[in-house]
Amino acid sequence: MRHFVFIALKHILARKRQSFVSLLGIVIGVAFFLAISALMQGSQNDFIARLIDNSPHITIYDEFREAEKQPVEEMFPDTVIELRSLKPQTESRGIRGYRQIVDYLKSLDGVKASASLTGQAIFSFAGRDVNISLNGMIPQDMRDITTIDDNMVEGSLEALIANRNGIVVGAELMRRQSLSLGDNITLSASSGQVKTYKIVGVFRTGRADYDKSQAFLDIKRVQALMNRSNRANAIIVKMERPERAREVAALIESRIRYKSVSWQESSEDLMSTLAIRNMIMYSVVSAVLIVAAFGIYNIISTIVMEKHRDIAILKSMGYRSRDIKFIFLVQGVLLGACGVLLGLPVGCLLMYGLMQITFNPPGATEPIHMPVDWGVEQFLIAGAFAFFAALFASYLPARKAADVLPIDILRGGQ
Amino acid sequence: MEALIRAENLTRILNGDVDVTLVSGASLQVSAGEFVSITGPSGSGKSSLLYLLGLLDKPTSGKLYVAGQDTLSLDEAGLAKIRLENMGFVFQFHFLLPEFTVLENVMMPMKRLGNLTDRQAREKGVSLLSDMGIADQADKLPRKLSGGQCQRVAIARALANDPAIILADEPTGNLDSASSKVVQGILQKLAHDHGRAVIVVTHDMDFAATADRKIRLVDGKISSDRLSI
Repeated sequence: MRHFVFIALKHILARKRQSFVSLLGIVIGVAFFLAISALMQGSQNDFIARLIDNSPHITIYDEFREAEKQPVEEMFPDTVIELRSLKPQTESRGIRGYRQIVDYLKSLDGVKASASLTGQAIFSFAGRDVNISLNGMIPQDMRDITTIDDNMVEGSLEALIANRNGIVVGAELMRRQSLSLGDNITLSASSGQVKTYKIVGVFRTGRADYDKSQAFLDIKRVQALMNRSNRANAIIVKMERPERAREVAALIESRIRYKSVSWQESSEDLMSTLAIRNMIMYSVVSAVLIVAAFGIYNIISTIVMEKHRDIAILKSMGYRSRDIKFIFLVQGVLLGACGVLLGLPVGCLLMYGLMQITFNPPGATEPIHMPVDWGVEQFLIAGAFAFFAALFASYLPARKAADVLPIDILRGGQ
Repeated sequence: MEALIRAENLTRILNGDVDVTLVSGASLQVSAGEFVSITGPSGSGKSSLLYLLGLLDKPTSGKLYVAGQDTLSLDEAGLAKIRLENMGFVFQFHFLLPEFTVLENVMMPMKRLGNLTDRQAREKGVSLLSDMGIADQADKLPRKLSGGQCQRVAIARALANDPAIILADEPTGNLDSASSKVVQGILQKLAHDHGRAVIVVTHDMDFAATADRKIRLVDGKISSDRLSI
């Protein structure tokens, strides 16, 4: 075994330049594979992290997935029933008994929940009307449920807790409307109510449209403005382990019957887009490694071709075909393994270089670094793919070498 | 005494556009200590017969026993094992592996057999080389050696696993007369002093004359098989 590796090594070292070139191919292939896949994975992770951070993990809506069953349907479950001129009871929309639901949700492990009432209002200032989305929540809960607290640039949530007439708005709105902390703004809602609030906090998420259109305030104030006293139209849930959101949402929905949507469900189309993007990326970077594998195929084929005589003599000595095959496979493995060992650090350098690049994505107000994922899977995938590509590339010539008939070579003399 | 090689009615036909009979109905036995020469005009099938006896080629028909084993029932790995343990080959060209030193070349069969430690194999290699009178060349690459020296390395390599059978195909065909004499002497000594069966294919009549037993092939058939007096 060690002896075969020794022979393989000698064969490779006898062709230093050629071996070096094919090794370089693998090194570059691995490095690019690693850097690109780390970048793609990084941007995906970054994207999902933002998605998870900035949106509720589970949102419970004030509606049901399926229409409520009519009593007559329950009475005759096996018959076709036609109901004419059905006039359902009209009631103001909202989640009934939201306080009990929130209490129930808070009793679950690793779950934080808050009722919220969202609605639209118009803010008029200096003759300009701006549409604002109001997020009414219990101010104490906002810190747990939203990322507003992390994004505060002026004022604080404490001020909102202290002053129930306060409002927290985005920095972009402040800038466009020339507002400053402590100013009063007057909002009018479709209910006809007009109320004035005092700006006690300013947040900046970096997403311009969010920063100009969202406002946070006490749920009671929104209920009053909307004329929907004691109503909530959504319950927002944050979890310690967002990846479990799907099952927890199903559990919640089975208990309280209101439609509960996990972040995975609400962003399914995005997830499938990401999956397709990954497939495209992997096929492109794999192509680099496949080209590199051709380099290995090339050098080992050349060695096999030149070594027909040596193969014949080894066989005449008593080396079996599988010994010969093994010797040439080992050459591919050696080149592949060295390529991976050198390629991964080079890939790390590339990744480090990529991390230094900053850019301004559209809609963002602050430059961000290229997101690079340093997860161990990237290294494993890049290394394993390169290794197996090298193994396969050497398998074909190795099989050819094993098939050399010594008699054909020895009879011919030279 | 049990013959080391026993061939019965060996026939080898190359199938192609025109079938060519290389060896036809050859029967012979070779025992330990015998020094046999195979001669014949070129194209008479002497090398083909040697390759059949050396298990490098499979006969179309006939029977072949080597060291008591029926070789026709063996697969490629089984044949390789017999070659490894019982046979040593010397060819017209030395066929040394160019990347490896002289000593490493000699150690190749020992390493495949794997019975010796690295140190033991090295010592045995050096002793084989010194038997050939070229121990001082052990660490050189083959291309630094003369043709005669290379052929002696090839013989040392053939002897690496102490095979009972030495098969040589025109071992002096490429050597000057002085080197030829040396190689002839070595092969003769292997048969007489070390009790190995040595079979040499040659067209050199002087060389053939030194053999104990002369087999002459014409058109793939054994035309005579005589002991020297």
